[in-house]
Amino acid sequence: MRHQVILVSLLTLLIGATIWITSLGKVGIYSTFTYADLVWSAWAHFKMVFIAVIIATAIGVPLGILVTRPGLEKLALPVIAGASVGQTIPSLAVIAIMAPLLGFGLRSAIVALVIYGLLPILRNSYTSIKTIDPAVIEAAKGMGLTRAQIACKIELPLARPVIMAGIRISTVITVGTAELAVLVGGGGLGKITLTGVFAREALIILQGAAPTAAMAIALGFLLERVERWTTPRGLKGA
Amino acid sequence: MIRLERVTKIYSDGTEAVREVSLEVERGELCVLLGPSGCGKTTTMKIINRLICATSGKIYIDGMENTSINENELRRNIGYAIQDIGLFPHMTVGENIGTVPALKGWPKARRRKRAKELLELLRMNPVDFIDKYPRELSGGQRQRVGVARALGGDPPILLMDEPFGAIDPITRVDLQNEFLKIQQELQKTIIFVTHDIYEAIKMGDKIALMKEGRIVQYAPPADLLYRPRDEFVAGFVGADRGLKGLQLIRTKEVMWRSPPTTKPDEEVMAARERMEREGIDWLAVVDDEGRFTGWVLSSHLEEGRKVKDIMSTSAITATRNAVLSEALSLMLTSGPNVLAIVDRSNRLEGVLTLQAIQNALREAAQKEESQ
Repeated sequence: MRHQVILVSLLTLLIGATIWITSLGKVGIYSTFTYADLVWSAWAHFKMVFIAVIIATAIGVPLGILVTRPGLEKLALPVIAGASVGQTIPSLAVIAIMAPLLGFGLRSAIVALVIYGLLPILRNSYTSIKTIDPAVIEAAKGMGLTRAQIACKIELPLARPVIMAGIRISTVITVGTAELAVLVGGGGLGKITLTGVFAREALIILQGAAPTAAMAIALGFLLERVERWTTPRGLKGA
Repeated sequence: MIRLERVTKIYSDGTEAVREVSLEVERGELCVLLGPSGCGKTTTMKIINRLICATSGKIYIDGMENTSINENELRRNIGYAIQDIGLFPHMTVGENIGTVPALKGWPKARRRKRAKELLELLRMNPVDFIDKYPRELSGGQRQRVGVARALGGDPPILLMDEPFGAIDPITRVDLQNEFLKIQQELQKTIIFVTHDIYEAIKMGDKIALMKEGRIVQYAPPADLLYRPRDEFVAGFVGADRGLKGLQLIRTKEVMWRSPPTTKPDEEVMAARERMEREGIDWLAVVDDEGRFTGWVLSSHLEEGRKVKDIMSTSAITATRNAVLSEALSLMLTSGPNVLAIVDRSNRLEGVLTLQAIQNALREAAQKEESQ
């Protein structure tokens, strides 16, 4: 409850600040961005994050689960290490390197965001299966559940909350990283922030940064709700 | 019912977990695999339901080789309970118990009915527990649900790997006793793995004592105690076989049925006369419904009063199915050298005396050694 109060006040503050700056119309010699610019950029930003996270999920979840299967376990370490490399390289570098490789545009930005957001999803998917009590699996096997039944009826429901947490973490990170997408022509709220940087106007920087933060908080909160909603009842409140 | 023929398991790294184990378990028999850790008892058990596949040797279940049946089909007809229980945390107690019935395609209503029956059998109130989740249960309750789940599909065979291992000693004794009672009714064929010699003696119709992957002796518990085949068996059984022999005898076999009793409203004079006539220094006090309430001891007798004024109330009792070792330890805490044996509604069924325990032990040892 308290957690929610803090979240709502933060959101109000950030959105309030954005509206206030937008309503100023002018800061120093520069015009602030209009509401239309703001909404359009935010929408582009959200779309980019959404697509990137969907792709990262589509790759990360199956891959993370696949490397827990017997016979493929040897691949777990290299795969996770590979995904970690994506994150150890500074996000700016990951995004910047995409331009020469894939050219300017939304596509480069999304590929970079996928690479950067993959690790939390991959790692959580892997851990979620790995941390299931081995006794549960043994009992299931001993009672005559087939491998497919164990996967669908036991492992996936138990792993779901941890996988969802991975997706949530990745989403929040990606909202922030997507600020840099503008550098390779990806658009989004980064456009506003970067304009502010060039103009050396803190308020314009804030006009892009505040809604980005608000989006990260809102999506984090929303996905936490989804997470709780998809958690099997027997695992709640433990 | 279950026959193992020269079963051997050698792992790829060369360790021989099980060597040439041959074993036959009759229908309705409870066979304990006993031995120190690493002796191959769990491996032997898991070879039966093919969780581990044997390197060589054959296993017959009801005359059929276990490899001739689909492994999942095989396992659905063999109940499986393990020490770590492994209840499915996202499923209710009822759903857990209904796992195998669901695999067998029973309709939902029938599964639920079965779960209720089994909870009842394991003395858990179905109304309270059927919709609970595992995390809401105590350790002992989880073990019970684990056993109920193993019985879910009404399999003729049960494999149990230290099923009462992870609970406190008092709950364990309760569960052992209840399980034995259930087994009397159900007559399942059971392979029961334990490292606890007391549990083995108490539970087993036969015990296979294992060491380094081999069976050293396969015999009824009394044989193991009184006629150990070699030094290892003797050492494992231990020097206190007299005490362990107490695990073999149940109170109902040696208790004094319809013992002398008195009622709270009786005069002390009458009680004294009865004690003298029977040559004992105690009388069990029961109420009008025959429920046990306490003891009158000869040292407390005072003339001219009623029994209820001088009796010492006691709630320490045992049931007729308790083994003598449990009864003896209760007796030692109850004060007088007698213990009340009561039924479920606390009605007095008999009295166990120290003398009776001594006699029973002496007889058992003499009988065994004279054979």
